[in-house]
Amino acid sequence: MTAPLVETRGLGVRMGGVQVLRDVDFAIAPGEIVTIVGPNGSGKSTLLRAILGSIRPSAGRIVRSAGLRLGHVPQRLVLDPTLPLTVTRFLGLPRRVSVARAREALDRAGLADLGGRQMADLSGGQFQRVLLARALLDAPNLLILDEATAGLDQPGAAAFYRRIEEVRARTGCAVLMVSHDLHVVMSASNRVVCLNGHICCEGAPEAVAGAPVYRALFGEGTQGALALYRHRHDHHHDHAVEAAE
Amino acid sequence: MMLDDFMTRAVLAGIGTGLAAAPAGCFVVWRRMAYFGDATAHAAILGVALSLALSLPVFAGALGVALAMAVTVTLLTGRGQAGDTLLGVMAHSALAFGLVGVSFLTDVRIDVMAYLFGDILAVSRGDLAVIWGGAALVLGLVGWRWSALLTATLSPDLARAAGIDPRQEQMILTLVLAVVVAVAIKVVGALLITALLIVPAAAARPFARTPEAMAGLAAVLAMGSAWAGLRASYALDTPAGPTIVCVLALCFAVASAVSGASRRA
Ligand SMILES: Nc1ncnc2c1ncn2[C@@H]1O[C@H](COP(=O)(O)OP(=O)(O)O)[C@@H](O)[C@H]1O
Ligand SMILES: [Mg+2]
Repeated sequence: MTAPLVETRGLGVRMGGVQVLRDVDFAIAPGEIVTIVGPNGSGKSTLLRAILGSIRPSAGRIVRSAGLRLGHVPQRLVLDPTLPLTVTRFLGLPRRVSVARAREALDRAGLADLGGRQMADLSGGQFQRVLLARALLDAPNLLILDEATAGLDQPGAAAFYRRIEEVRARTGCAVLMVSHDLHVVMSASNRVVCLNGHICCEGAPEAVAGAPVYRALFGEGTQGALALYRHRHDHHHDHAVEAAE
Repeated sequence: MMLDDFMTRAVLAGIGTGLAAAPAGCFVVWRRMAYFGDATAHAAILGVALSLALSLPVFAGALGVALAMAVTVTLLTGRGQAGDTLLGVMAHSALAFGLVGVSFLTDVRIDVMAYLFGDILAVSRGDLAVIWGGAALVLGLVGWRWSALLTATLSPDLARAAGIDPRQEQMILTLVLAVVVAVAIKVVGALLITALLIVPAAAARPFARTPEAMAGLAAVLAMGSAWAGLRASYALDTPAGPTIVCVLALCFAVASAVSGASRRA
């Protein structure tokens, strides 16, 4: 097996005197798609931020492979209204990109004519796609997404995840995401990690969905959602809403 | 030589200070650090008092104590924006302790007044050298770290993902603000330094589409207001520092009115 891009060993994180994560052994291999699920406050964002290097672990360690290039789409990005920022300028932070590259990135994201728009004037879906386009500029081999579709409606979220699948297929980058969207979890992931302060269970999506700990956390209701998902596996939604945005 | 004229020296001091304060002030606005500016500027009064008591160069004393305060506040509040109350307490305590400290040095009380309200007409050639040296240092640091500072301001997590250490950028900004305080204290005085930081940025905001445009426009406004304020203070026989800030405030009012009108149109 190839060496993991990132690996945590016995990772523990304390925040404000509270043990948020303990004994987390986690690894993600090149090209792998891993989804983290767990209740609110279970430490999903904390785990991602520890992997990014934003949080110092209180125990254990994090091993990053030498060639690791991170792309990050945060859970939310609040822009201070006093900071003027065009989409093109945002794409060029921190490293300036040529006009041609910015244009290409926006074309790929389906935002061709928005380069001169203020970030504050974008819709929720456009904003998330700009965040993704920026995260992809440095050709990351690990893309980290934290509830990237939280503010989007269903078709918007579906379209966003299709973009990520496209990117994955084209670049082969690994994807580590937090998602509440069970449809996505089940269809797109190679592996699901169920987190609640520690790793409760992990494995192939179907296996995790059937695990007793998972059902204890999410309730039997998720079985219904899964059944629904299986039932509609080859059903295609109409994404006119997102396209018309 | 032209530097023999006190008015020329005052104008050069005002322009140098505006040039240093405006881009740094944009970060103060973007990161909501106005109270941080107050705490640092007020602490500088304590530094001035100490310098006068110990016969040290005033700039060095002001810079040293401002820096100590800025670093303390940064460490206490993380991003320098949290803890409004704590910052307010520190800002005003620093001022009070500085003033009480000064009262023990009866013979220098008058001098300290000059540092509370500025004494730009008394700027010497040596002061000019320090002001422009400080301005060059500030512009150099801000220019060098510009993209990293901006990314860290936008989001510490995005900065981390791009290999930038947001705490390091925060410390650089802290150093920059302490230097701005030391440079500006003789020009507008400790009580109005925060105004020199945030008013040009606020006035420039409605007309800027990028951070660079905002910083550039803020610098132009700050330099222009320094010049116009000095002229006005000379003509009207008003205190120079407060007059400069009045001109800036008028710029802000006009900018707000113009941008408000154009948005309604
Ligand atoms: N900066 C912080 N200071 C103190 N506690 C925090 C901080 N960030 C997160 N926490 C706590 O850590 C726990 C996990 O948070 P988080 O990782 O954001 O959860 P999730 O993303 O799974 O909803 C929560 O209980 C939260 O209150
Ligand atoms: Mg979260």
